[in-house]
Amino acid sequence: MELNSKIPEGPIADKWTNYKFDRKLVNPANRRKYDIIVVGTGLAGGAAAATLGEQGYNVKAFTFHDSPRRAHSIAAQGGINAAKNYKGDGDSIYRLFYDTVKGGDFRAREANVYRLAEESVNIIDQATAQGVPFAREYGGLLDNRSFGGAQVSRTFYARGQTGQQLLLGVYQQLARQIGLGNVSLYNRTELIDVVVVDGEAAGIVVRDLLTGQVQSHSAHAVVLATGGYSNVFFLSTNAMNCNVTAAWRAHRRGAAFANPCYTQIHPTCIPQSDEFQSKLTLMSESLRNDGRIWAPKSPDDNRPADQIPEADRDYYLERRYPSFGNLAPRDVASRAALVEVSKGKGVGPLKNGVYLDFSDAINRLGEHTIEERYGNLFEMYERITDESPYKVPMRIYPAPHYTMGGLWVDYELMTTVPGLYATGEANFSDHGANRLGASALMQGLADGYFVLPNTISNYLAPKLGSTPIPTDHPEFQAAEAAAKSRFDGYLAIGGTRSPDAFHHELGKIMLEQCGMERTKEGLTQALADIPVLHEEFKKDLRVTGDGESTNQTLEKAGRIDDFFELAQAMCLDALTREESCGGHFRAEHQTDEGEAERDDEHFAHVAAWEWTGDAGKPNRHTEPLTFDNVHLAVRSYK
Amino acid sequence: MSTELNLTLKVWRQAGPDAPGSFDTIKAEGINDEMSFLEMLDIVNERLISDGKEAIVFDHDCREGICGTCSLMINGQAHGPQKGTATCQLHMRKFHDGQEIVIEPWRATAFPIVKDLMVDRSAFDRIVEAGGFITAETGGANDANLIPIPKPVADSAMDAAACIGCGACVAACPNSAANLFTSAKVSHLNLLPQGQAERYSRVEAMVDTMEDFFGSCTNHGECQEACPKEISIDFIALMNKDYLASKFKNRRFLSRK
Repeated sequence: MELNSKIPEGPIADKWTNYKFDRKLVNPANRRKYDIIVVGTGLAGGAAAATLGEQGYNVKAFTFHDSPRRAHSIAAQGGINAAKNYKGDGDSIYRLFYDTVKGGDFRAREANVYRLAEESVNIIDQATAQGVPFAREYGGLLDNRSFGGAQVSRTFYARGQTGQQLLLGVYQQLARQIGLGNVSLYNRTELIDVVVVDGEAAGIVVRDLLTGQVQSHSAHAVVLATGGYSNVFFLSTNAMNCNVTAAWRAHRRGAAFANPCYTQIHPTCIPQSDEFQSKLTLMSESLRNDGRIWAPKSPDDNRPADQIPEADRDYYLERRYPSFGNLAPRDVASRAALVEVSKGKGVGPLKNGVYLDFSDAINRLGEHTIEERYGNLFEMYERITDESPYKVPMRIYPAPHYTMGGLWVDYELMTTVPGLYATGEANFSDHGANRLGASALMQGLADGYFVLPNTISNYLAPKLGSTPIPTDHPEFQAAEAAAKSRFDGYLAIGGTRSPDAFHHELGKIMLEQCGMERTKEGLTQALADIPVLHEEFKKDLRVTGDGESTNQTLEKAGRIDDFFELAQAMCLDALTREESCGGHFRAEHQTDEGEAERDDEHFAHVAAWEWTGDAGKPNRHTEPLTFDNVHLAVRSYK
Repeated sequence: MSTELNLTLKVWRQAGPDAPGSFDTIKAEGINDEMSFLEMLDIVNERLISDGKEAIVFDHDCREGICGTCSLMINGQAHGPQKGTATCQLHMRKFHDGQEIVIEPWRATAFPIVKDLMVDRSAFDRIVEAGGFITAETGGANDANLIPIPKPVADSAMDAAACIGCGACVAACPNSAANLFTSAKVSHLNLLPQGQAERYSRVEAMVDTMEDFFGSCTNHGECQEACPKEISIDFIALMNKDYLASKFKNRRFLSRK
């Protein structure tokens, strides 16, 4: 397998401009002769589908939701970064690029990150033109806040609902294209296989979630914008239906899967309250602008928070990282919380959290200002925990949130299968080993609005005059038959345990062995345990109901089956990467102070895994990373 | 500290859009009151599966009250008894031991039942497709700070834009009207300077499409009571004003005050 990243020549600041000039174009009158499939209608997929529709291509958009407006992008709270420098505090495209490469612990591709920083400013303009109601100052200009890993104020926001507003902006543009007939929407339809003919993407096989019917669709190109895989941990901040199936099925058809072990554990989530919990709720990183994180100095301190005097509190982030303080990047803040809790200093009934305290900010700014900034987040916290953050500090703990790993893509966002693209969280490209806050919305929209619609013509132009492979081609027929027998198979097992029961158990293994801290021993154990559990799944699964009408138990079974295979790739990747970087922390590789220790000599590369037919034995390929602009250095936030 | 509840659920079960439906009585015992309502249903479903029965179908996804996927009439109230709260954010501490809970799907002709508690809300998408957007194709946008927008205007547009499209307003309305949903989108865009060019064509197209599917508004105000985002019916008044104006404004002279 060849990994050609196709990074354009020239100085970093000219690469994207040069690329856009050099690429092949499809003239506007010819675009209607091309069919493009876009799977997923969140920020990355919805924006791509809408923009390709505007340009004149025939687009088919697929979502398993009832409406594109439900995609999980909607749950992003805090904001979106852009190098606008509206605050005049020294921001620039180069600084956003620099912060992102450094924030990713030097494991991202420089050229991609620079392009992302360049497009960030266009996103804000585009979204504002669409009517996204970003927060404004009294003078009517756009407001900004700060986020982790940056020392400038560059985060645009719409209350605590930035993801919602940006997604609705995308949804509205997409709805317009659907109304005009340029995009056909297939809702409540889930991808279950990708079809490759003669080494190129030919189309997809989908399952209608209302009727169970399996159907094929073919096109000149296929775009996967199907999100991340944090739900492999069972408990995560992802929506209940997020899954890896589309990316994994593409992987099984030849698309390399890059850096699966790079997962982000978000530092500020509501701690788990009991075994029955179905998901974890994130509290936006923006809260760290005004909240101070602390734990009691003594593990035996069982007093309520307000009775613990200043002298007995440890504001550990401010102590360990004075210059970034409470705004240390996510991986650093999460690990620091883990350290406190494992010393027994956790707070709350299960001693599984730390405090995020707003009392100083409330005293300084008044309750009204805090309410205006975070009102809806405080309400959400109170609904879930029955405690008011205006009166008692929030309790928070890290939870799986985002996955930096994903399908390997080149500079054009094409996977190792020609004609198959991956955008947004589904690809691996921009965040390295750790994503900075407010960068996911930025990447999803950059890919969807500005990158993919510019790169896809380079592949399409030479295909002028060709028609998509008909769906009665033997490859489509074989994929359909395999998909049908897979789903019939789940129903036929007739075992004793539900898909959720298996998912729960898999999640426990993953969180313990491949979560915030990983060891050789633990990962080896996980690699032995997961296939055993997967075999049990195949023998003892119970799915009730049938395959001819809506059956959410059956949907889950298919998704969990794929999570089992992904989990092995994650553990294998984590085991092979003998270093600590970003969200990947190997206990064997840390400094005396407990900071992550990178090994640039041996691991300054992307690991891309090739499917071999055996989930336990994929082939590992590497793409070397070179840093010509941001010099490799020990990441310090002290 | 948490306590355990023993509940009796009466759940609407319906095999498909055209099948007859009926209430199923299901015991839900040993429910921890710290659970969310949907976690309670998850447990009920796990028990149904282990008894070899089919799980109850219900729509849900983010469980953070923002995606708008979840629904449910709970004891006759859209999204249940807690004000300003979607079903997924409702917790069992709002119920008491021994209580009977009736769970039904949204009831509205425009939202046909798919199965059990799941309904089809695509009529909402049709309304947005008719005009719930600002035409701003990718690529040509001006600098975002070129048009200052007074903070109160931006705030009010945001109040309207907070709608999650769940359909509780329709389910709560005695006429199954969608005026709160439609007016929230109309107002979000019509309040902003960027939305002025299409202001009257937007409201006309959206209201006309709405009327193809939904009943008429008679100002009961049930919608704003049920709305998990507490969107105000003032927006319905704004929409009506613009709709009326759309019928007599000469759009060639719109730029003249």
